[in-house]
Amino acid sequence: MKHVVIIGNGIAGITAARHIRKGSDFRITVISGESDHFYSRTALMYLYMGQMEYKNLKPYEDWFWPKNRIELVTDWVEKVDVAQKQLVLRQGEPLSYDELIIAAGSRWRKGGWPGEGAKGVHGLYSLQDLEAIEASTAGIERGVIVGGGLIGVELAEMLHSRGIPVSLLVREKGYWASVLPPEEARLVGDHLRQHHIELRFSTSLKEVEQDAAGRVQAVVTSAEERISCQFLGITIGVEPNIDFLKGSGIETDRGVLVDEYFRTSVSGVYAIGDCAQYRKPPIGRKAVEQVWYTGREHGLLVAQTICGKPAAYKPGPWFNSAKFFEVEYQVYGDVPSRLPEGWEWFYWQHPQKHQALRLVWEKESGKFRGVNLLGIRYRQEVCEQWIISGTKIEEVVGQLHRANFDPEFHSRHEGEIRNAFSTQTGRTIKEQKKKWWVFGA
Amino acid sequence: MPTIIRDTRFTKIKKHPVQQLGLVLLLMGFAVLIGMLSMGDYILTPSIVERSVVDSTHQAVLKSLLEPLYNKPIESDWALSAVLDDAFENANEQLTEKPIDDYWGRSYKTYLIKYSTVGLPAERPMLLFWLSIGLGVLGGLLYILPKLQLIPGIKNNHIFHSATTNRGWVGWLLGSFLILFYILLYFFPYYITTWMLICDPLAFWLKGSGATEWFFYGLLYTLAILVMGVRMMIKYRHSKYHKLRTGSVMFFQLAFAFLIPEILVALNRPYYDLKNIWPLNYDLFFEYKINEFLSNGTLGMFMLVWGIALVVLGVPLMTYFYGKRWYCSWVCGCGGLAETLGDPYRQLSDKRLKAWKIERWMVHSVLVLAVIMTAAVLITFFTGHSSLLGISSYDLRYWYGFGIGSIFAGVVGTGFYPLMGNRVWCRYGCPLAAYIGIVQRFKSRFRITTNGGQCISCGNCSTYCEMGIDVRWYAQRGQNVVRASCVGCGVCSSVCPRGVLKLEDRGDGKARFGEVKF
Ligand SMILES: Cc1cc2nc3c(=O)[nH]c(=O)nc-3n(C[C@H](O)[C@H](O)[C@H](O)COP(=O)(O)OP(=O)(O)OC[C@H]3O[C@@H](n4cnc5c(N)ncnc54)[C@H](O)[C@@H]3O)c2cc1C
Ligand code: SF4
Repeated sequence: MKHVVIIGNGIAGITAARHIRKGSDFRITVISGESDHFYSRTALMYLYMGQMEYKNLKPYEDWFWPKNRIELVTDWVEKVDVAQKQLVLRQGEPLSYDELIIAAGSRWRKGGWPGEGAKGVHGLYSLQDLEAIEASTAGIERGVIVGGGLIGVELAEMLHSRGIPVSLLVREKGYWASVLPPEEARLVGDHLRQHHIELRFSTSLKEVEQDAAGRVQAVVTSAEERISCQFLGITIGVEPNIDFLKGSGIETDRGVLVDEYFRTSVSGVYAIGDCAQYRKPPIGRKAVEQVWYTGREHGLLVAQTICGKPAAYKPGPWFNSAKFFEVEYQVYGDVPSRLPEGWEWFYWQHPQKHQALRLVWEKESGKFRGVNLLGIRYRQEVCEQWIISGTKIEEVVGQLHRANFDPEFHSRHEGEIRNAFSTQTGRTIKEQKKKWWVFGA
Repeated sequence: MPTIIRDTRFTKIKKHPVQQLGLVLLLMGFAVLIGMLSMGDYILTPSIVERSVVDSTHQAVLKSLLEPLYNKPIESDWALSAVLDDAFENANEQLTEKPIDDYWGRSYKTYLIKYSTVGLPAERPMLLFWLSIGLGVLGGLLYILPKLQLIPGIKNNHIFHSATTNRGWVGWLLGSFLILFYILLYFFPYYITTWMLICDPLAFWLKGSGATEWFFYGLLYTLAILVMGVRMMIKYRHSKYHKLRTGSVMFFQLAFAFLIPEILVALNRPYYDLKNIWPLNYDLFFEYKINEFLSNGTLGMFMLVWGIALVVLGVPLMTYFYGKRWYCSWVCGCGGLAETLGDPYRQLSDKRLKAWKIERWMVHSVLVLAVIMTAAVLITFFTGHSSLLGISSYDLRYWYGFGIGSIFAGVVGTGFYPLMGNRVWCRYGCPLAAYIGIVQRFKSRFRITTNGGQCISCGNCSTYCEMGIDVRWYAQRGQNVVRASCVGCGVCSSVCPRGVLKLEDRGDGKARFGEVKF
């Protein structure tokens, strides 16, 4: 019987394992060093904040694995021997495989700043990181976080939950300004300030000061300001966690290079999830995609390939979501931070509440390209259909109620949005009247 | 495995001074409430025996047996209770025809002790009422109101760090207290007569007669729903769904469960909570109830027809259109308490598959039992035969009332809030929930829609599901959630940080379940 071995029990590796089990009788082994069982990395912050316990982070109960004959090994893979088709483990005996899936994920990136190795300097990626953060933040006066992205805000919220004042250093001119257009960036920034997060834009780190015991006692910013602190969080991004593949003969660049079937340069070896790098990225996608949803998609597809039904990666419209303290964020399709040539956009913001929406379309054709949402929920299904079928923006604006996914009775703003849209763009909206006699339509 | 993190050194997070004051007042009110149970002295007189022992045969015998006790102060209700037990036993030697059974005994004892109370509780009931219940309500509100200063949104920080909300010592203490309270209430009401006394002024004002243990309990229950309802409204003030449904349970408790039945009684009409549906309202078809309805003209007839119509028409129709939530999280009193007083404990419900299996067996067994019990009672009513297949319908209903009505619904159902979550009764025991659940599962437009592939498996939804539904199991597969037990509280949708879940009534076909996408 074919033995499929998967390195990494994150969302990518585990989705692959589950679907290989669904589609075959192969022997499946998952090796991972971080935790015995699959847990939800995305919920690490809630563990620290006491909103959940570790057992709540596990999407499957422990009986799930033996029941589905998915063997779990807690160990680190030190080397992959592709000639022998064998893995060298840190503790256990070498393990042979017939097919190998590398789903080793990422690790947090360091900035190369002087003094960065001090005690109390942490990134946030793994359970071990979280434990270290727990120890380092006990009873401290102030924390500094460098990197204004999604994980930076999560870390800020974590410290905030313990009453620890936070300074957030952001290299760009606005919060997450590499992704968010200026208005959204400002809205989120305002919200963070409301929560007393001290934001310092256009600011990076210059050096880390240590005390006699080698613990961080202050940072000096690129603006030569000194902030005294007992904790420094580095959240400037993640990078594929693939050092153990050095010299294995598996071709790598930033990540493990793969084709659209997630095949690496070595036959029988695949790479998925955060650690994979597409040789030819799908249109509109980056070469390394480091989000939950793509990892899941990869796992699903590679499982089909391994089960004899090769499935290429042809992702649908981009989507993502996040939450900045109280403000939820969703994106469907392409919403760049700066308006590309030949495109138009429209932005609406609630006069008081932290709610906003941005629609993006092609100027000439009027084809809808994407939507940013803050504090409003939209249906993925509807947005995707608009994007795929190239629905005209006038029609989209007339049908926004179809996409709304906010809880029942929540205030809706489609009327205001329509009015603002026609005034600002001069376009005439094609209204699709809601048929009141159709329940729930 | 990571050692799981339990840090209680959040020294920088202090309670607001108003909250601290609230907590102090709440504890003081609680202390007075407990303390007053040992406050009074007891003096028995012949006229008290006349008022308390309503059966004339019993009265005659007891009156002479109790003679040696008259006008002598007795120190505690425990002592008086012991003496009364002896008296009842002696009385029963003479009353071989019609002995004082447990039921009568409990009722006599309760009234005898209540009326013979002297001292502060009897003289200044209002004062004690305000110093206990009043102070408690005030303290509770003061504790809750400062949360208005927080920025609206989901705040579940430190719930698992807290000794109250994660089965720490406070949780165990609270649970033990609640369990003890229910045991006293159901089985030893004569030890809590002081609590009835302090409610007498209100009871007289409202309905023209004194307070029973049930009046006291109803009042406390209603206040708990109101005060903790305010908390709920503040906690979820960013969500109109929660504000509306909380307002709804507060209204139905205050008006339908508390005021209207008491007013009906004051008007000499049958006690009836119009929103309490059989088989939750398991004595609806007991012969004393039916006789009461039949002897109350049009109103009585209406009540009977209303009760039946709710079961055969109301439940299926409303559940078809809106799902179980129309009742369980918008109207029901048990649900109302769970959604308000119980909200801080929702994360303690058991999410394991095993728990779901146990739940299905248990709750449906209770439904079957309720149907059998009611059928037996009705057969007895119509045929006069009290024995069916060798089982007495009286025994059946007694044991149902004891086992399900008292122990399960009360002692376990509420007493275990801080230990097993706020919906223990609703999930494992309520026969009406089982019935509505069957409709919801098989014939309803209600579902929780999962928003495409947006789920990140974080688990907030499952953690905060009071019914112990593993919502994430469905959400992470891109599948809609259709479950018999879902009461539609909407908290999964609120706590989801990615906007994945929406409660909807969207059509009843196969599409309702959605397909497994991942
Ligand atoms: C704090 C945080 C919040 C996030 N929030 C979001 C979010 O909201 N939405 C979103 O889309 N994405 C989010 N992400 C990103 C998302 O979690 C990742 O994209 C995803 O987890 C990657 O999954 P994966 O299976 O590729 O790798 P991983 O989850 O990293 O799993 C790989 C596993 O393999 C193990 N491993 C690696 N090398 C070896 C070896 N040599 N031997 C043995 N085991 C090894 C690792 O220890 C790890 O456990 C978040 C990430 C973090 C850190
Ligand atoms: S809370 Fe939302 S994102 Fe988290 S597991 Fe549930 S549905 Fe998924």
